[in-house]
Amino acid sequence: MPIDIPVMQVNQAVVLTVAELTQLNIDAQDIDSYAADMTKVLAMVAQMQSVDTTGIEPMSNPQDAVQRLRADAVTETNQRDVFQQLAPETDAGFYLVPRVVE
Amino acid sequence: MTELHRKTVRQLLTDLDNKVFSSVELTRHYLDRIERLDPSLNSYITVLGASALAQAAAMDEARRKGNQPLLAGIPIAHKDIICTQGTKTTAGSRMLDNFIAPYSATLAERLDAAGVVTLGKTNMDEFAMGSSNENSYYGAVHNPWHTDHVPGGSSGGAAASMAAGLCAAATGTDTGGSIRQPAAFCGITGLKPTYGRVSRWGVIAYASSLDQAGPMARTAEDAALLLQAMAGFDARDATSIDQPVPDYMAQINRPVKGLKIGLCQEYFDPGLDPDIKAAVLDAAKTLESRGAIIKDISLPNSQHGIPAYYIIAPAECSANLSRYDGVRFGYRCADPQSIEDLYKRSRSEGLGREVKSRIMVGAFALSSGYYEAYYRKAQQIRRLISQDFANAFTQVDYILGPTTPSPAFKLGEKAGDQVAMYLQDIYTIAVNLAGLPAISVPAGFTKGLPIGMQLIGRHLDEGGLLNVAHQYQLVTDWHNRSPNFGNQQDS
Repeated sequence: MPIDIPVMQVNQAVVLTVAELTQLNIDAQDIDSYAADMTKVLAMVAQMQSVDTTGIEPMSNPQDAVQRLRADAVTETNQRDVFQQLAPETDAGFYLVPRVVE
Repeated sequence: MTELHRKTVRQLLTDLDNKVFSSVELTRHYLDRIERLDPSLNSYITVLGASALAQAAAMDEARRKGNQPLLAGIPIAHKDIICTQGTKTTAGSRMLDNFIAPYSATLAERLDAAGVVTLGKTNMDEFAMGSSNENSYYGAVHNPWHTDHVPGGSSGGAAASMAAGLCAAATGTDTGGSIRQPAAFCGITGLKPTYGRVSRWGVIAYASSLDQAGPMARTAEDAALLLQAMAGFDARDATSIDQPVPDYMAQINRPVKGLKIGLCQEYFDPGLDPDIKAAVLDAAKTLESRGAIIKDISLPNSQHGIPAYYIIAPAECSANLSRYDGVRFGYRCADPQSIEDLYKRSRSEGLGREVKSRIMVGAFALSSGYYEAYYRKAQQIRRLISQDFANAFTQVDYILGPTTPSPAFKLGEKAGDQVAMYLQDIYTIAVNLAGLPAISVPAGFTKGLPIGMQLIGRHLDEGGLLNVAHQYQLVTDWHNRSPNFGNQQDS
């Protein structure tokens, strides 16, 4: 049964909710322009709803490949020092962030 | 005599073997051209002068000893989404402006083992999201055929540097057309291999079920040489295909006689530029004159490719790009007041507008209440599109069509219209959804701008695509044309 949904009008509340989900700050003066962009994209993709996909299995991998398993063995060496050189702030092997618990 | 920077990889290898010039001389020639000419193209983000000359000297030495690998001493450029150890790797984003890759991508390691000289890292749309190379933190790239036009994207720097003679070959990545569309816009040959043929390990992720790296070169023969080095199973990529890599150079010399080539009727729609249509039909005649059999075919769901892609790719990108949080690597905002402030300001300041827009569309499409209508529906359409191709490949061996609906457009022309930009990918996107290999080959010109034709093949038939493209290039010379760009500055 095809799902019938009207073209979604993205309003400011939707933009702010999605911005929260994606941990983005959207400046107040940009909210309307993000809403307009999202509305246009969702209008463009709305034509999908005209396609009858009853009984069609969703495809997530183009070869329908399944996850390859490997032996439960250590294959990587610890390179913490190398990787932490890329970090904005570290101390004694830890990544530093602003205080989380007061 | 062909100028050094117009020679194919194949010709350069012969000249290097015959000691006509050394790799150090060749590398200096390219580095000099980049220094003089790239300021007006902006095709490179990083140029690696010293390490390139050291690699070239090592390959000259290997050649003296007679133990040179396949591509010894050939100067190439990597798209800046491909990690190269010890080198800044930005993906065109402010987020990674300070990121020095701690390891190399498998494909870069393999090309290094094949003896290439890495001239630098090429400009691109941020995180490969774009079709014009205007979405780069490092500024737009200019098309060397007409510098007020875009080079295409997202591998726009790679295509522009190839066309301008600023590298002998290049790597690119293609999630929805990002190798083929810029190849078409810049008059070069670009191959998107089968999903899983070239390892994605160390290639910064955009949409993981669609991303695939491949070669960009002057000719199909050069693309075959590069793919030979890049392709093959890699245990570090969970979706790598564990199949042997054939000898592409042997495959490209087969005749095309008897091959069945399909013309997809849906691709010749009213939105297609008439000159591009004429060029593709002309190419079909050329192949027919070589003995190929041309047949009409139909891909009835092809019009739904763009909608399905612009749900699936943003959905995957919203998950992949959640790793950029300002904690472990990449951009961190100044003076964060709380953990939430750290995440939000680092992401908001570090990512560009188009990237943020796609993350938000993707997160929306995956969110509770909308998943079924958007993401699941798009995945079902993905299967229908894939089945269309499978049906077509019971009737024909290859599908021929245009790579793009129009030639390169002007810088800024579509910048204000996101959806118009998305429609650029109308002929390339379905190939990524189905995971198939496809190649864009120069097939003519319109108003001084190159035209690309696209050949699509069955899974893992890169050799066959390179074969048809090579046989076409043996009897045409579109791929030998080069822009006037830089000539006036040449000594």
